[in-house]
Amino acid sequence: MSVSKPLPHDAALLHVSGAARYVDDIPTPKGSLHLAFGLSPIAKGKISAMDLSDVKAADGVVMVLTAEDLPFANDVSPSIHDEPLLSDGTVNYIGQPVFLVVATSHLAARKAARLGKIDYAEETPILTVDEALAADSRFEEGPRIYAKGDADAAIASAAHVIEGGFELGGQEHFYLEGQAALAVPNEGGDMLVHSSTQHPTEIQHKVADALGVPMHAVRVETRRMGGGFGGKESQGNALAVACAIAARATGKACKMRYDRDDDMTITGKRHAFRIAYKAGFDENGHIQGVSFLHHAICGWAQDLSLPVADRAMLHSDNAYLLPNARIESHRLKTNTQSATAYRGFGGPQGMVGIERVMDHAAHSLRMDPVELRRRNYYEPAHPPVMDPPDLPERPLTHVDPHEDLTSLGAVEQVTTPPPVRPVPEGGNTTPYGMEVTDFELHGMTAALLKSSDYAARKAAIAKWNSENSVIKKGIAFSPVKFGISFTLTHLNQAGALVHVYQDGSVHLNHGGTEMGQGLFQKVAQVAASRFGIPLEMVKITATDTAKVPNTSATAASSGSDLNGMAVKAACDTIRDRMAEYLAERHQADPATVTFSDGQVSVGEESYGFAEAAALVYQGRVSLSATGFYKTPKIEWDRIKGRGRPFFYFAYGASVTEVAIDTLTGENRILRTDILHDAGAPLNPALDIGQVEGAYVQGAGWLTTEELVWDGRGNLRTHAPSTYKIPACSDRPDIFNVELWDAENREDTIYRSKAVGEPPFMLGISAWLALSNAVAACGDGYPALDAPATAEEVWNGVQRMKGGL
Amino acid sequence: MQPGLFLTSDGKLPARYSFYVASEEGTKGQNRVRRRVSRMNITFLLNGETVELADVDPTATLLDWLREDRGLTGTKEGCNEGDCGACTVMVTDEGGAKALNSCILFLPQLHGKAVRTVEGASGPNGEAHPVQQAMVDLHGSQCGFCTPGFVMSMVAGHAIGATDHDTQLAGNLCRCTGYAPIVRAAKAAEAQPVPVWVKDKPVALAATSPILPGSSDELADVYAKNPDATLVAGATDVGLWVTKQLRDLDPVIFLNRCDDLKEITITDDEIRFGAMVDMNRMGQALNDLHPSYAEMIRRYASVQVRHAATVGGNIANGSPIGDNPPALIALDATLHLRKGNTRRSVPLEEFFIEYGKQDRAPGEFVEAVSFPRQADRLKAYKLSKRFDQDISAVCGCFNITVADGTVTQARIAFGGMAGVPKRAAHVEKALIGKAWTVDTVRAALPAFAQDFTPMTDMRASATYRLETAKAMLERYYFEDRGEVTNVLEVTA
Repeated sequence: MSVSKPLPHDAALLHVSGAARYVDDIPTPKGSLHLAFGLSPIAKGKISAMDLSDVKAADGVVMVLTAEDLPFANDVSPSIHDEPLLSDGTVNYIGQPVFLVVATSHLAARKAARLGKIDYAEETPILTVDEALAADSRFEEGPRIYAKGDADAAIASAAHVIEGGFELGGQEHFYLEGQAALAVPNEGGDMLVHSSTQHPTEIQHKVADALGVPMHAVRVETRRMGGGFGGKESQGNALAVACAIAARATGKACKMRYDRDDDMTITGKRHAFRIAYKAGFDENGHIQGVSFLHHAICGWAQDLSLPVADRAMLHSDNAYLLPNARIESHRLKTNTQSATAYRGFGGPQGMVGIERVMDHAAHSLRMDPVELRRRNYYEPAHPPVMDPPDLPERPLTHVDPHEDLTSLGAVEQVTTPPPVRPVPEGGNTTPYGMEVTDFELHGMTAALLKSSDYAARKAAIAKWNSENSVIKKGIAFSPVKFGISFTLTHLNQAGALVHVYQDGSVHLNHGGTEMGQGLFQKVAQVAASRFGIPLEMVKITATDTAKVPNTSATAASSGSDLNGMAVKAACDTIRDRMAEYLAERHQADPATVTFSDGQVSVGEESYGFAEAAALVYQGRVSLSATGFYKTPKIEWDRIKGRGRPFFYFAYGASVTEVAIDTLTGENRILRTDILHDAGAPLNPALDIGQVEGAYVQGAGWLTTEELVWDGRGNLRTHAPSTYKIPACSDRPDIFNVELWDAENREDTIYRSKAVGEPPFMLGISAWLALSNAVAACGDGYPALDAPATAEEVWNGVQRMKGGL
Repeated sequence: MQPGLFLTSDGKLPARYSFYVASEEGTKGQNRVRRRVSRMNITFLLNGETVELADVDPTATLLDWLREDRGLTGTKEGCNEGDCGACTVMVTDEGGAKALNSCILFLPQLHGKAVRTVEGASGPNGEAHPVQQAMVDLHGSQCGFCTPGFVMSMVAGHAIGATDHDTQLAGNLCRCTGYAPIVRAAKAAEAQPVPVWVKDKPVALAATSPILPGSSDELADVYAKNPDATLVAGATDVGLWVTKQLRDLDPVIFLNRCDDLKEITITDDEIRFGAMVDMNRMGQALNDLHPSYAEMIRRYASVQVRHAATVGGNIANGSPIGDNPPALIALDATLHLRKGNTRRSVPLEEFFIEYGKQDRAPGEFVEAVSFPRQADRLKAYKLSKRFDQDISAVCGCFNITVADGTVTQARIAFGGMAGVPKRAAHVEKALIGKAWTVDTVRAALPAFAQDFTPMTDMRASATYRLETAKAMLERYYFEDRGEVTNVLEVTA
């Protein structure tokens, strides 16, 4: 069976030979045009005068558009229509698109875009948490608060109380392929859009609104992205809409791709947070209560900030059973890039908060930090205490058909609260009232501590630190429990389209997009397994809104869970038809027909799959089917913070060892050991690839990747020369990654688990290990901010030594 | 005859002019293409085939030409500034095979060389190169966008038997894999033979244009007569003027064919690097003489950049954060300049007058840099957010001689601490003549504030810069005393 085999990525041969096509590689029709945006140079103000004559006169310029020239919606927002394609007269951050240049070449467009003469009535921008709070500049009417028990009272009566706060920086996605789109006008006003997007349906919707046409007039195709990481969930809207508008206006194919500096200046990043905490523990390290205050810097437009900030709240427990908890979350509006989805979608920020609490508490109580964590873990996996009754469907709510219902940002669309089953009081429940029944971390932690030789290495590090004054070492463990499902419940659905041709070859399509994670290969392995045929018989095809409609973004790690199940359903429909037809011919029970090893067997008879397909075709039976899947058991009220937002949890654990130079703060990861739970993997090689890559990306977020804005709100780190993602030598010297051998306890596709986002948070152990090394320089708690750049580590060392 | 290929009667490049060619739809004057002078004809091998290009815009990049003119879209644009490596190609010339970033490589730099792109990594019948096969087998690609660049860095490394893959691949960024499977693939391919099809044999060709002078004499002549020209050495800085600042550089003069500027001369008294010695060769030459400097060069940008960047360019561009000047100043280097047939030499530290201003006259160029042969006491400390391929926040270079327990000589210079690469004169004074002890070192630390008032920027704060500059002196002392001070040398 194809499933569970460690096969290479489906496009690996194309990748290594340069033959894999990305949007900018697609051959374009003669006369195709190229686009660039003119950008705001100020962070806040109003346009008082605009002179674009030099732009229009520049070499190669065909057309220059401003907001007034747009025929229909000036809107690329994935949520509340607060994000115009081109400035509507106000500007809200440095880098906001103000006008659009259409030119004969990419270079000509870029050059001309710098020639605009625009006068602004400049206003004082809001750039920081403090400035936003002072101005009460925020999204939503006030903070969201999720609570369980009485945290304040529990902390007040606890034997030990810790209190602190830290800054947690954002993160640039740095997908290697920048944002790109190509729009090709078709007959009758129809538009074909190639977009590097995780969300073709949203592109389709936005383009349709911008062109004033129904969605049926727009087809969006996405074969692959050169990396996404959440950065292509909503951030591609502007390019696709701009191309479509220009293509409509000129009748020519129009292409737009951001130069790297433009990409980093224009597009949103991971939300930066300020997190304050207060927690009470008993003398044995059992947590009594914890209170978090989250300040999320959301940037100028709402985008996906509400569900991101929600998910940060939903991961403020991580792996720990908190008897009393309170999480207060403020979503601050600032004059910076609109923060957006990024791998983990707020989960990492919430998780860093509680891991910091555990680290601080262990330091304060002089306990081993792993031991303290284990004492506070959720209970081991067990059947649900409450077998929940079936709930009625959510009442229907009148919705404007022009609202973008498939968007993650559509969270505010539904005004009627969903029905949510009663919360089990006490018990093994999260702060939002979901019972944790699949907790794997007790066994995983024991196994990882053993395989990583944690205890002996911890002792060796203590010895090293006592003998060395300049270089100090540190080691840390951190667990991950990450909730799997879109918290906007209705997005948890997927469709697929499968054709079997008369020669037995299979054409496969589904709503998920390929951004490198290997989704297409995993899903193809599912299809091959269902039909019992070799993988080569299955053709993977580009995501296409004309084949599968109304898709959700490929996000929330849900790609293989949702689309794998939808494809399975489609394959099984065809398989059942084939079985029924062949069984009738052989007067057998359809249930006895088997599909394996390329053969279809009916009683004593066996056909090659191609032969079977040809027979069934001649029997006038349809060999094409759609498939559909919706995730069961979930319901969620985000206002109350109550329900079961997640179908299940994915788990992981890591141990990281680092060394720091106490003179300069320079630091390195020396060794990392990871045990990660991917359920029964659809493809263990691809899953390990996700884990390795996610860890390094997560560690990068918390170490070298520093976004710096100046006092004007100008992003100063807008290229790889200044923004430092991990390079080859930054990966751990020793890097051991294993998968936890256990099936998903919920009924997912072949009992696998989602693996895109969860391992990102394993990188938290790198940050904690740096803290542990800094702690070797004195008696206090290092209280590092993130990212812990060399400078921040050095700051920590100075704090420990009583300097600064 | 192409316009711009020949000098005017007074030896100058033809005056710049522009004319417009209306495209088939340029009736409203909108579709215009600017054409420039100083175009030239060039010839090179592309994936084994001879390519002859006429009327080449001298600042057209290889990447744009490959993708837009040649339709070879395997080579990717990731950053357009030489920092991500997605555009890496292999170039073979008299120095052998090397990886280069095609996004900041101008076409005239390729005249007489051989270029191999990812499309030419596979054999003529589609056979996979060993690194391609290993990348497939060991899951070295995910999204695949960085992959062609990695493959070409690996092909170039494989061709020369490189086994330090962290260094060979430092100039290639991958956001998906965490690099582990890529390094596994590189290791797996080590033992495989180099396929014949990647062994390019470029044919040396005569220059076709005065802007490609073939010697320093020719350069001196054409530059003296065209002092407003932009000199292009490796284009690792000038390339960004074109790709990021979108400047029109005209006229330009390329130095890459001035072979006499590529000489490295090591005598009993002196070490001398011609201005066009690339950083890769310079690092190799310094390996035994000044290993700390060589190690700093190993971290200077990336393999791709070091193959292009030159020591002359790194000095002449006057950057306050270039890594060579502080090391060279600490070694008491002399800069050799030439204008026409007039040569002069200045102590390197005096070349840097203030930010953006150097002691270089119009038409004058850097011919070489030299420093005295000396016992190695140099430590070069490069401090940056990331170890590899990052611009220094502080680059501190210390050359302190101790005899009989007393400091007899100290030359200390920094990059990143002022508007120019600058000596720490007060610190030196506080050390010379004193006993080489921790007390002397600590007593000298306040002098840093007399020498430097650094600034805060996106790389580091002023405080951090000043305090780590001090810490580097302490590190030098501890290292001299035999303590473990290098975080790069520590293992788990």
